Amino acid sequence: MKIVVCVKEIPDPDIAASVFQVDEAARAVVPVPGLRSVASPFDEQAIEVALRLRDQLGSAAISLVTLGDETAKAIVKNGLALGADDAYLLVDEAFDGGDATTTARALAAAIRKIGGVDLVLTGRQAADDDAGIVGCGIAEILGVPAVTFAMDVAVDGGALVVERSLGDGSETVEAPLPALVTVSHEVGKVRPASLRETMKAARQPLTVGTAADLELTAGDVGAAGARRTLERLAVPKNDVRCEFLAGESPEALAATLIERLSAARIL
Amino acid sequence: MSNPVRALVVAETSDGQPIPLVWEMLGLARRWADETGGAVHACVLGDGLDAAAVALAARGADRVHRIASPSLSPYQADAWLPDVCAVARAVGPAAVMIGHTPQGADLAPRIAFRLDAGIATACNRASWTAGRLEVTRPCYGGKAEETVSFRTATAVVTVKAKCFAPAPAQAARHGDVVAVPTVLDAASVRTRVRGSRRDASAGANLESANIVVAGGGGMKGPDGFGMLERLAVALGGAVGASRVACDLGWCPPGRQVGLSGKTVAPELYLAVGISGAGQHMAGCVNSKTIVAINTDAAAPIFRYARYGVVADCHALVPALIEVLESKAR
Repeated sequence: MKIVVCVKEIPDPDIAASVFQVDEAARAVVPVPGLRSVASPFDEQAIEVALRLRDQLGSAAISLVTLGDETAKAIVKNGLALGADDAYLLVDEAFDGGDATTTARALAAAIRKIGGVDLVLTGRQAADDDAGIVGCGIAEILGVPAVTFAMDVAVDGGALVVERSLGDGSETVEAPLPALVTVSHEVGKVRPASLRETMKAARQPLTVGTAADLELTAGDVGAAGARRTLERLAVPKNDVRCEFLAGESPEALAATLIERLSAARIL
Repeated sequence: MSNPVRALVVAETSDGQPIPLVWEMLGLARRWADETGGAVHACVLGDGLDAAAVALAARGADRVHRIASPSLSPYQADAWLPDVCAVARAVGPAAVMIGHTPQGADLAPRIAFRLDAGIATACNRASWTAGRLEVTRPCYGGKAEETVSFRTATAVVTVKAKCFAPAPAQAARHGDVVAVPTVLDAASVRTRVRGSRRDASAGANLESANIVVAGGGGMKGPDGFGMLERLAVALGGAVGASRVACDLGWCPPGRQVGLSGKTVAPELYLAVGISGAGQHMAGCVNSKTIVAINTDAAAPIFRYARYGVVADCHALVPALIEVLESKAR
């Protein structure tokens, strides 16, 4: 079984809101000191799903693909340290100014180029754009079925069996391979990297590709191929003032809180 | 705004009726159509949805495309795609509007790619500027918001719940309800639903609950969540949890609210023993009113809270349950 996991480098989503800043003129996040770059958490869970499938099947070739800057090497190395076999880094100025459409095009082209891929895994969304578009987009471009919001993924007699999360429960969906699955947080904890794999990963070369390597033209990717324009990026105003309730006892505090909420017609 | 705006609302249904978010999208689409002399189209897919189609017309759709076929129920993206795309191609809308629900988030990106349309998900504001649609949506876990426009004639947008005023029902209003034959070739459906487990109990659906009672590290263990369960029942709400509480196994991961969990925007979010880390706030910052209960008066959660109580939740929560239960008696 050949698995490709798409991963994205993002600014650490755990950064405190008090430190986070955007440059409104540049429409970009300000790289404030201490803001680390990390792999999007859902993508790490997608790697975990690939590793669990390898555990289940006994063997599987796992490749990582990322579109980003040279700095994405670090998160890709981390994925290799978790047990992925090889990695492809798509870096090209031609990709700049793209959107979900152009990202899906580039990743789909890379997956085609790798060839013979049975399963593509992505996070259910990246934890910076919070959009959840690219995964299904790749599936549409490749013409394979997509199953979203996976909590559990297994292979049963050559078909994929996915437990997918719904608002009020879950459903079991079967799909033929090749297919694409987007992974949700219910997958749970990600295994730690082993020392042996980390040492191996450090020495492992990455395959670096450009738009031309993927036979994509300038009109397909980057700003030229984008289907939308970012007009503004801003930090929303937080004008909430907290009213601290006073009371002698828990009972008095509880009564005051319920009164306040009733008076404000919240209850 | 000058050109007539034609919008297509894709209606998600539950128990034979459109979900409330559909009324909100119709309200928005109706306003655009009235201001520009445009039109509101809606489509509803599945069996036994005649009443839903009539309701869509009564709430402002000028034309309802009703596609009845047993192959379209229950929802599956593979099954719905050909028909939704066919209606969209026939209507040629400026905006295809889909609710930002687990179903809508599953469907919308594929519609966009099949129509080669620009797409924005989880939009909470929308406007027309110089004849162009601009939508605003939270990103970076709610720490920022972006406004985007589209370069394609049709845009696909998923709309967050409770951000727009719902269209009122007007019993006397009759739009055209058109029965459209399905274009689905059943052989093109590659996925198959083997079965589902739905929890119909009150508070099961965290994302659509009006009241969410969420617990964090301050709950000190699974027993604390038992207590929150009782408070949620007394309030008629759902229980949520922080990542810490889920990682420690005090609460199932499906209850996790935050960046790496679910996003909620209830009328009331009661954060109990939650410090308010950025990763948690990402999932609840759009709640209408946040109430925080925490022993630490300096906890970041109070920066987002309208009401704060500095107290030990293990004493306060039972007292809250007592007040609510005595009121109900």
